[in-house]
Amino acid sequence: MSRSYFLFIALTISLLLIAGCAKKPAPVAAQPAPPPPAPTASLSANPDAIEAGQSTQLTWQTQNATDISITPMGTVEPNGSRSVSPNESTTYRLTAKGPGGTQEATARVTVSAGASAQGAVSETEAQAFARNVKDVFFDYDSYDLRPEATASLQSAAAFLEQHPNLSFTIEGHCDERGSTDYNLALGDKRASAVQDALVKDGVKGTRVRTISYGKEKPFCAESNEQCWQQNRRGHFVLQR
Amino acid sequence: MKRTPFIFSILVFASLADAQQDWIRTGTGLGVEKVRLAAPGLKPANADPALGPLLQTFNTTFWNDLDNAGIFEMVSKSFYPLQTPGSPPEMRLASWANDPANAGMVAFGNLALQGQQCVMLGWLFDVKNSGSPQVLGKTYSDAAGDDGARHLAHRFANDIIYRLGGAINGITLSQIAFISSRSGHKELWLMDYDGAAQHQLTRLNSISLSPRISPDGDRIAFVNFGKGVQLAMFSVELNRTVAFPSFGGTNVTPAWSSDGRKLAFSSSMRGNPNIYVSDASGANLRRITEGPGPDVSPVWNPKTNSQIAFVSGRSGLPQVYIIEADGANLQRMTDTGYAVSPSWSPNGQFLAFAWRRNYGPGAPGGQDIYIMDVATRQWVQLTHDSGLNDFPSWSPDGRHIVYESRHGARSEIWSMLADGSKARALTSSGNNSQPNWSFK
Repeated sequence: MSRSYFLFIALTISLLLIAGCAKKPAPVAAQPAPPPPAPTASLSANPDAIEAGQSTQLTWQTQNATDISITPMGTVEPNGSRSVSPNESTTYRLTAKGPGGTQEATARVTVSAGASAQGAVSETEAQAFARNVKDVFFDYDSYDLRPEATASLQSAAAFLEQHPNLSFTIEGHCDERGSTDYNLALGDKRASAVQDALVKDGVKGTRVRTISYGKEKPFCAESNEQCWQQNRRGHFVLQR
Repeated sequence: MKRTPFIFSILVFASLADAQQDWIRTGTGLGVEKVRLAAPGLKPANADPALGPLLQTFNTTFWNDLDNAGIFEMVSKSFYPLQTPGSPPEMRLASWANDPANAGMVAFGNLALQGQQCVMLGWLFDVKNSGSPQVLGKTYSDAAGDDGARHLAHRFANDIIYRLGGAINGITLSQIAFISSRSGHKELWLMDYDGAAQHQLTRLNSISLSPRISPDGDRIAFVNFGKGVQLAMFSVELNRTVAFPSFGGTNVTPAWSSDGRKLAFSSSMRGNPNIYVSDASGANLRRITEGPGPDVSPVWNPKTNSQIAFVSGRSGLPQVYIIEADGANLQRMTDTGYAVSPSWSPNGQFLAFAWRRNYGPGAPGGQDIYIMDVATRQWVQLTHDSGLNDFPSWSPDGRHIVYESRHGARSEIWSMLADGSKARALTSSGNNSQPNWSFK
């Protein structure tokens, strides 16, 4: 009696154990879709300090991003590497946008004046530049070079060829009377006219940058012909 | 000046030809009569003392919105009956429809405070229709406070303007971007269409110029002198500038196509200032004009986005030209003088621009805003004062023009109807320039 009872118990227990060990199908519960992962971004410049004229390698990586851009370069691929040669110290900013949000990363490149070409413009050289490379002045609403301007630029070119280490910017300016936007374009034409004359006289284009300030940075503020003439100019700025 | 009545009638007949089309009101009284609208404003719904200042703000804003809409003849308040209604049971039609008021429509209602909200009930009644006078009956709510009261007024006025003005959206909620130097630098600023809520957007501490609000209102393209002369992009949503590509040379005068997909601008990246077109991101650059230029200040025909008007000094002094967006079919629009700063009307029919027809050292007169019919090249002079007027920008309803007016060293921003009437200053301090009206 006790043995069959014991067997019965053992059988029941084993059955229960087997039943208990059987894998139950996992309950299918409706789960909300997980939120999209936030984008990641990293940016580095190697080396991070260069001399003017040298280049550095910008390397970046992003994840979970669809819209990636680096200021000031523009849109870029999600992961990449590029050689850049900034003229001045620059902070590159990487912005990675994706469905999960936005992530930014920055890398700073410090640019110092090199020992050669761009660097160490001495005070004497700067003074010589000011003496020999003179601003030129323009007629009303014109970007044509006057005969005296052409002559002045010829001697400026001669000086510049003897000092190949000097680089400079030509600014185009206008007097206050014209419209803001048109004056920006006119100033650009004036700066280009000066640049073209110098390049034609043998100055290497790579040493010259042009920029227009329209009527935004006048040299004087009076409303008379004398001041207006002062403002209609191509202005030289030595890069030091 | 002899030409102008003829031009006015041409403009009116051209507009009458299509009744659905938005139109320029010439103000000469030819043909279409303006609705005589009385706006006694809102009354307080109860004795809550906090309602006083809110009603003051509401009623002033409301009156200005309707008075400046350009489509109403506002009945003078001195003709109103002594009892003005706050709700329909209080409205006595005859006292408004008869002399001396002789109103056609009356806008009235009441304002209450409910917790953090101000709530108004507004009605527009056709007082000559005693059978069923109600044209509009609506409730509006906004945050309690001065800004909320102004906002309510704008919204109610907009609904009235839409209903009575030929189903053209009112402009009371539109904005004007502009440049101001009152912080010490030329920066990007923004204000309501009526000059309220002027606030600074950028703090770049350099020179910023030429703002253009995108069609969806999310971004403002502009020009910044930080690193060279480059196009820049301000995000209204993020409240800061966002990345935009740099190009070589001088890059100025950005302009949005009305679908928000393209930008036109002037760039000397290839040596000469020419007109370029790109995607809104700055990609897919295409040069549209050739030659020495200088070409500057492009603006799209907002109706078709297939034409661009711009300014060029290729023949001497700057003149206004039109070109197809693919670079074909160049047409010169102005014949003399110094013409700059074109703005194309929303209906595609008119160019507004700044013109000095007698130009040169010592020439008399100032620079004025003109509008020109693109198809016929006939033009009308809108401003006549002695100042230097520049940078006209059309409102989204095609009935108003905002512009810069300079006298001596001071420049301010003014707004007027597109027939030159109702000119008023929107700014009064610090130098303010280059206004740009939003698309909506």
